[in-house]
Formats: sequence, structure tokens, C-alpha cells
Amino acid sequence: MTVIRAILKKEFTSYFVSPVAYVLITIFLILSNWLFFNTYFLDEQASMRIFIARLPWIFLFFVPAVTMRVWAEEKKLGTMELLMTLPVKDYEVVIGKFLASFLFLLVCLLLTLSVPMTVAYTGDPDWGPIIGGYLGSLLMGTAYLALGLFISSMTENQIVAFILSLLVSFLFLIIGENFVLYAIPDWLVPLFEYIGFGSHFISITRGVLDSRDLVYYFSFIFFFLLLNVKAIESRKW
Amino acid sequence: MIEVKNLTKHYGITVAVKDVSFSVKKGEVLGFLGPNGAGKTTTMKIITCFMPPTAGTVEVGGSDILEDPLSVREKIGYLPENTPLYSDMTVESYLNFIAEVRRIHPRDRRERVNRMIETCSLKGVLKKDIGALSKGFKQRVGLAQAMIHDPKILILDEPTSGLDPNQIIEIRKLIKELGKEKTIILSTHILPEVSATCDRVIIINDGQLVASGTPEELQNRAAGESVIYTTVKADAAKVQTVFTSLGWVKKCSVESKQGERARFKLLATQDVSDPTEQLYDIAVKNGWMLSELYRETLSLEDIFLKLTTS
Repeated sequence: MTVIRAILKKEFTSYFVSPVAYVLITIFLILSNWLFFNTYFLDEQASMRIFIARLPWIFLFFVPAVTMRVWAEEKKLGTMELLMTLPVKDYEVVIGKFLASFLFLLVCLLLTLSVPMTVAYTGDPDWGPIIGGYLGSLLMGTAYLALGLFISSMTENQIVAFILSLLVSFLFLIIGENFVLYAIPDWLVPLFEYIGFGSHFISITRGVLDSRDLVYYFSFIFFFLLLNVKAIESRKW
Repeated sequence: MIEVKNLTKHYGITVAVKDVSFSVKKGEVLGFLGPNGAGKTTTMKIITCFMPPTAGTVEVGGSDILEDPLSVREKIGYLPENTPLYSDMTVESYLNFIAEVRRIHPRDRRERVNRMIETCSLKGVLKKDIGALSKGFKQRVGLAQAMIHDPKILILDEPTSGLDPNQIIEIRKLIKELGKEKTIILSTHILPEVSATCDRVIIINDGQLVASGTPEELQNRAAGESVIYTTVKADAAKVQTVFTSLGWVKKCSVESKQGERARFKLLATQDVSDPTEQLYDIAVKNGWMLSELYRETLSLEDIFLKLTTS
């Protein structure tokens, strides 16, 4: 626990010592707010549906930018050798880094709370979908994180990590979309629908907490963290 | 303290370390010598449990590196090659981070960090980003990091590379100081460093151990023939015949002549014990004026070259 906490603390503060984090947060907030308020006052509807629906697409660029340096930089600078010769277990470092990026994501999401406040001020929203929307976004963002961290651990080039994470996340995002589902053989449809982020995200954002969706996200996150540990261990192969 | 047996490491088809065995006793400073790419860093990476060997065993303070890597890592302080550090952290927060990961009790953390700041003279740069420090300071931060948990064993991979002469002397002094109570393995390809800091030397080339012993032992072993230079003020031809008639002189030649003085180069065979004394006696007996008498011993450089180029 001490190790995980120490790494979590170090990684989390390291986000904020460089200007990159502030730039990222600013872009994230401007983009998410603008894409929402753009149409909000025209719709005359006190709902955050559009805001939540945009988030997976914003995360697509935002999350890889958060995760790209986490392992890649460690490898590039050679600090990996220092870190992995400290009395730590590989999985402790993986968990510590994952929790730090999770906390960063959480902070970014919390900073958007001005949106529901505005919605509540201008109308009388249904809180179920809003809470569900936040939860769904957090789960989806965390799934992106686990994926991005794994990819970052495979390379020492941050740009490569960013682009690959974006591509793979994009794949997971679109394979459950309708235009893909129409194009593939029928028997593949349930599989694609299940693997893709979309269906799970939508049902949670409706305010419906189905254990199947939670299981999906948790196993997705767990799977990629496991791969991350294996990638760190790969130096021993 | 450290027991390395038949260590072998392959990277794919290239063999980085081949059947290397050595041991380091408690309180010893071991110099790990070899040209670049000889396998020094690989051996160190294995001892510090960064990666496992292909074959062979390593025991550190009684713990096997494969069976109990955590306790091995706890006993070791490691300064990797090129001193990798988190450049965006301040010196202070970095040392605190390492202390925390090293599970130093929060109560003692302050004190340990302060002691490292003192030992490595880091007081002036505590609040600075590591990335903004000079190479010498970075090296000291690296050393502080390696010693923060007061390890019994220090493994330093080229601790003086890239430093200026003043800093090199400083770091060597520090290592020598530390060597009084700690077991140290130190890799380098700078030879004076070895004679300046190490009790024992291991020379490794192409992944294989080629020599080991104290710096003096190595010098003696590789010595073979010795060369003696002497300058005598007398009739050069006569001196030469006298010298050549000595049983142990293989060859005597005139190096240079300056007025009445002549400088001779003598090649002595290995079995003669004190050639310079004998030469002195001869000169005194004949009433020659002797102004130089110097026996050249092979330097570590020569030994190193001899052993690593073939």
C-alpha cells in the first residue's frame, strides 16, 4: 500500500508541475462546454444529454494525451530502470500510475460540474440521466485510460503512444455503432455490440445501472491493466 | 556479500555475459572494468534484479535474486548508467518520493533525507528542478537516492562519466569514504579511477572474465619484462659494454646523448629482483655520475590493453 500511495502521489503531482496538464484541462473544458452550450439554449430542454453524448468523442483525444507519457517517458529517460530496481512489485507501480491518471480524469470531470449547475438554474432537469451520464463517462474514460496506459508501456515514443491509443480507442468506440453493425454479418452483431463501448455507455447514461455493463467496463479495465503488468514484465523475457 | 556464479545472459542470439563468476566480500570496493559493451551494465542490471539471467545464480547478502528479489533490492542502492532521474521533480520531493517507496518510516524520513542532503552537499539546490541541475549535481542526487535507505551494498554504474575533473575527484572521495563501511561495486572504463578507489578489480571483456585481483597484483602479474632508464655521465661505449655483460640485461641501447651524458634503455628479464640497486652499485664502483635511474612498471592501462585486445 505504501508503494502504491507513494507512486500515486508522485504521478498525480507530476501532472500539475508541467503546463501540459493545464493546457489539457483548459482545452477539455472549453471543448466540452462549447459543444454543449452551442445548442443548449436553442433546444429549450433542461437536459445534459448532448453534453454526455459528446464526451466519448472528446475523451478519444483527451485520454490518450493524459496517458501517453506515463510509461513512455519513463522508458525514454531510463528512470524505468531506477523505478523497477526499487523494492516494488510490478503490479504496485501499474496500479499506482493507473490510480493517479484516474484521479486526474476525475478532477477534469468534476470541473465540468458547472454545466449541471447551469442546467439546474435554467430549468428543472431529470437528475437520473445526469448522474448516470457522469458515471458512464467516468467508466468509459477509465476504460480508455487503462487502454492508453497499456499502449504507453509498449513504446518509448509519446507520439506513437498517443496515436496508437487514439486509434485503438476509436476502434472500440465505433465497432458498436449502428453503421458498422449494419455492414457486418448478422451473427457477428451481438459480439460487436457487446465489445463496443457504445451500447454499455448508452444504457448507463439513461440512468439504468445494469450489472452486465459494469462487468463489461470492470473486466475491460482489469484486462488492460493485466496486459500492462505483463508489458512491464516483458523486460525479463 | 555478493556471490555471482556462472552468470550468463543472452539477448536474442547475442551473448552479453558468458559464464562470469566472482564474489565480493563485505566492505570491499570492487572495480568492474572493461571496454564499452563488455557486459558490465548487463551484469549490474542482473544483480539489481532489473532482469533475470539466462543461466547462473546471484546471491546478495544471502538472498537469491530470483527467489527473493524484493529483499535483494532492499539491500542494494543502485545508481544506473547515465543517472536517470525525474527531471520535472525538485530534488527534495524526489528524495522524499524514494524514501517513501523504500518504506522508510515517516518518522525517520525527514532525518534520512536531511542526512543525504548533507552527505551529498545538496542544500543549495533542494527546491530546484532536477532537470535544471548541472551534471555534477545530478550525479550527487543519484548517489543520494541510492544511499537514502542506508544500504549495505552500493552498485554504481559509471558514477563519474561526464563529470569535470573537479567533480570526478569529489565523487571518488565520496566513494572512498563510503567504501569504509559499505560493499561497493563500481563499473568504469576510466583506469585511474580504479587505482584511486578500488580494493579489487575485475576485468571483463566480450562478456567474459579475463582477470581479477588487487590493482597491484594485476600490475605484477602482467609486468613480465621491465624497462629501466638510466642516464650516466661517462664514456657511453664503455658503459654499454658493462651493462650488456650483466646476465639479466637482455638488451642495452643508447636512447639519447647530450654532451657527456647518455641515456640508456635496458630491457631486464623477469627473474632479477632489484635491477636498479645493482645498476647503482656498478655506477658507484666505476665512479660514474648517475643522474637518472628509473624503472618503468606497466600501468593499468597497459594491462587493460593487453587483456582486452587480442
